[in-house]
Amino acid sequence: MVRTQPPTTLSELAIGSCATLASFELPEEIQGQLMHLGFVPESRVLALRRAPAGDPTVYCVDGTEVALRRETAQFISVHSVFVAVREGAR
Amino acid sequence: MSHCEPGGVAVEMARPRVAGKISTVALIGPPNSGKSTLFNRLTGMRQKVANYPGVTVEQRSARMGGVNHRELTLIDLPGIYSLNSYSEDARVAVDVLQGNMPGTPAPDVVLLVLDALQLNRQLMLAAPVLAMGLPTLVLLNMSDLMTARGGEIDPLALARELGAPVAMISATKGSGFDAIDRFLSRLSEPAEVRQQPVQLPVLQNAASCHQWASQVSSRTKYKAPTSSNWTRRLDAVLLHKIWGPVIFLAVVIGVFQVVFAAGLPLSDWLTEIFNKAGAATVSFLPVHWLQVLLRDGVWNGVQAVLVFLPQILLLFLVIGILEDSGYLARAALIADRVMRTIGLNGKAFIPLLSAYACAVPAIMATRTIENKRDRLATILVAPFMTCAARLPIYTLIIAAFIPNRPILGDFFGLRAAVMLGLYLLGFLAALGTARMLKSSILKASSAPFILELPQYRWPTLRSIGLRLLDRGTVFVKQTGTVILAVTFALWLLSIVPFHGGTMAPLTESLIGRLGHFIEPVLHPLGFNWKISIGLLTSVIAREVIVGTLGTLYGADPATQSVGLQAALRHDMTIGGAIALVVFFAFAMQCTSTLAVVRRETNSWKWPAVQFFYMTGLAYLAALATNQILSRIF
Repeated sequence: MVRTQPPTTLSELAIGSCATLASFELPEEIQGQLMHLGFVPESRVLALRRAPAGDPTVYCVDGTEVALRRETAQFISVHSVFVAVREGAR
Repeated sequence: MSHCEPGGVAVEMARPRVAGKISTVALIGPPNSGKSTLFNRLTGMRQKVANYPGVTVEQRSARMGGVNHRELTLIDLPGIYSLNSYSEDARVAVDVLQGNMPGTPAPDVVLLVLDALQLNRQLMLAAPVLAMGLPTLVLLNMSDLMTARGGEIDPLALARELGAPVAMISATKGSGFDAIDRFLSRLSEPAEVRQQPVQLPVLQNAASCHQWASQVSSRTKYKAPTSSNWTRRLDAVLLHKIWGPVIFLAVVIGVFQVVFAAGLPLSDWLTEIFNKAGAATVSFLPVHWLQVLLRDGVWNGVQAVLVFLPQILLLFLVIGILEDSGYLARAALIADRVMRTIGLNGKAFIPLLSAYACAVPAIMATRTIENKRDRLATILVAPFMTCAARLPIYTLIIAAFIPNRPILGDFFGLRAAVMLGLYLLGFLAALGTARMLKSSILKASSAPFILELPQYRWPTLRSIGLRLLDRGTVFVKQTGTVILAVTFALWLLSIVPFHGGTMAPLTESLIGRLGHFIEPVLHPLGFNWKISIGLLTSVIAREVIVGTLGTLYGADPATQSVGLQAALRHDMTIGGAIALVVFFAFAMQCTSTLAVVRRETNSWKWPAVQFFYMTGLAYLAALATNQILSRIF
C-alpha cells in the first residue's frame, strides 16, 4: 500500500519511503560528489534506515547505500513521494 | 589527434607518447573499486611508498612483476570519482596523468579499474580519463561477483562505446590478468595501434558525465546485479536501534583490548628481548666507548622504533578486518552522532579510541578518514588522549603524593579518582581543541559527511597481510629513521662534553646544563632542576622521565620505585607534583608522535604547531595548578 505526498526535502522523507530527486541547494563541489554517488536529478531514492541515534540516515540510490546527515539532506528537494505503509511489525 | 563533431568530441584511440617504448603505467579508479588489491596483485610485495610533494596524498609505485612486465613501473593514483580539481586527490591524479608532477614520470599507459557491480556510476570516471588521450585498458573488477549475482554486460559493445579495450577481471581471485599482459605486450611493440573515434561528453561536469554513463551502460546491455540480501539482513541487526549500539560497543571494547591488553605486553616483551640482545652483543666489542655508543645510542634508538611495531600491526589487523568486511563504515555511522558534538565525524572514533593506547598507530589509522580537514583535526587532537606512556609517571606521582583514602568504599579511592581525573583532563583538552580547530583554521570548507556503505564481504588474508606489510615498512623506513636520529641526538646531548675521554654525568652534560638553565622558567610550576632535566630527556618518550629521575635522585635501581617516591616526597610540594602530571597530560613529550605526524601530513608545519600548542597549554595548566594548590595546602 502506498500513498503520495507533496514535494518535500530528502531529510523529511520517512523511512521506507521512495521519492524522486529534484534539486540540490548545496555548493557545486558537494553536488558533484553526491552526483558521482548516484544522487542525480530525476533518479529514485529510498530512505532505507536511520542510524541508531536517529541521524545520519541511509539512502539507497541506484543500487548504492549512502548515509547523509540531516544537515546535508535538508538541502536536497524531492518530489513524487511514495510513502510506504508499514506492513505489520516490520 | 582529435577533431570536433557536433554533439561531442571525437577522440582517436591514443598511442603511446613514443611508439614501442612504454615504461610507466598509471592505475586509476574510483574509491572502493578494488584498486589497492589490484595494485598489490600486479606488483607483488616490493613497492615504493612516499608522499607526493607538498600534499598529503600517498604515492606508491612498483615494478609490474605480477603480470611478467618487470620492465614497467606501475603508479597507483588516488581513488577518485572525477578529475574535477576541487579535491587534492583529483589534482594529484590530473597532474600525474599530464606528466606535470615533479619527480613522477609521465605515464605512457593507463589502467582504469571500475567496479562491475556498480558500473552505472563508476563509468562516470571513464569519460574524463579517456579524454586525457592516453592508451587505456578498462578493467571491470569483481566481474565474477557480478555474473554470480545475475548481472550482465557486453564487454565488446562497451569497448566499442569507449574506444578502448575492456577486460573482465577479479582482483581478489587474480583472474583475467592475461588480458592486461597481452595489452601491455601489444603496446610495447612498435606496430600500429587500432584507432577508433568515440563520443565523449562535451562538458565534463557531473551531470553530463552521468547522462553519458547511463547511455553507455544501456547501449552495452548492462544489467546491474541484484544486491545481496545478506547486506540488508546483516544491517537490520548491526544497525538496529538497540542491538546496533550493543554490538558496536562490543567491537570497540574488542579493538581496545587487542591494542591495549595484547599490544602493550608484546611491546614490553620485545623491548626486554632487545635490551638483552643488545647487552649480549655489545659485550663482545673490545672498546668500552664503542660498547656505550652502540648500546645506549644506536640500539636504544632502534628499540624506540621497533617497540611500536606490535601495536601498529595489531591495530591495522583489526582495522583491516573491520574495513574490508564493511563494518567500519557502519561503526562510523553509529559513532557519528556522538563525534559530531565534538566537531569530528564518525570515522574519527576508532583512531581516537586507539590513541588511548598509543598516539602513533592511532595517527596512522586516521587514513580511513577521507575528509582531509576532519583527518587533520583528528591527528591534532589524538595526542591528548591518555596514552600508555603517561602511566609510569602518573602512577609514580600518585603513589608518592596521593593518600589511598576511600571515596566510594574500597572499590573507588582517591588515587583512582585522581587517575580518572587525568584521563578526563586529556579528553577535555582534545574536545576543546577539536572545537577550536573546527571553528578557526579548519573551518574554511565545512565539507559534509558523506558515507558510502559498502556491501559486506569476507576480508581476505592476502589483502590484510599486504596492508600490514605496507604499514609496517612505511613506519620503519619513514618514521623510524626520524625517531632513530632524534633518539641518537638526544643521547649525544646527554653525554657531551667529554672530560679527558670520559663522558659527562647527566647533570653536567649539555642536557643537564640546559635543565639548570630553564629551571627559573619552570620554578613557578613547582619544578626543581631535576624535574627540568627529566622534562628534557622525556622529549624522547614520556616514560623516560621515571628513569631519569631515578638516576638524578641516585635511587637504587632495585628499590627504585619506593626510593624514588620517598625522594620526591622530600623534594617536591603537592602542588608541584600535581602540576607535573597535569603538565604530562597536555604536553607533546613524544618524538615518535611528532615524526608520525610529519610523515602523515607531509610537512613539519603541523608537528611544529602541535608541539608549541600542546607544550604551551601544558605550561599554563601546570602553572595554574601549582599556584592554586600551593595556596590551598
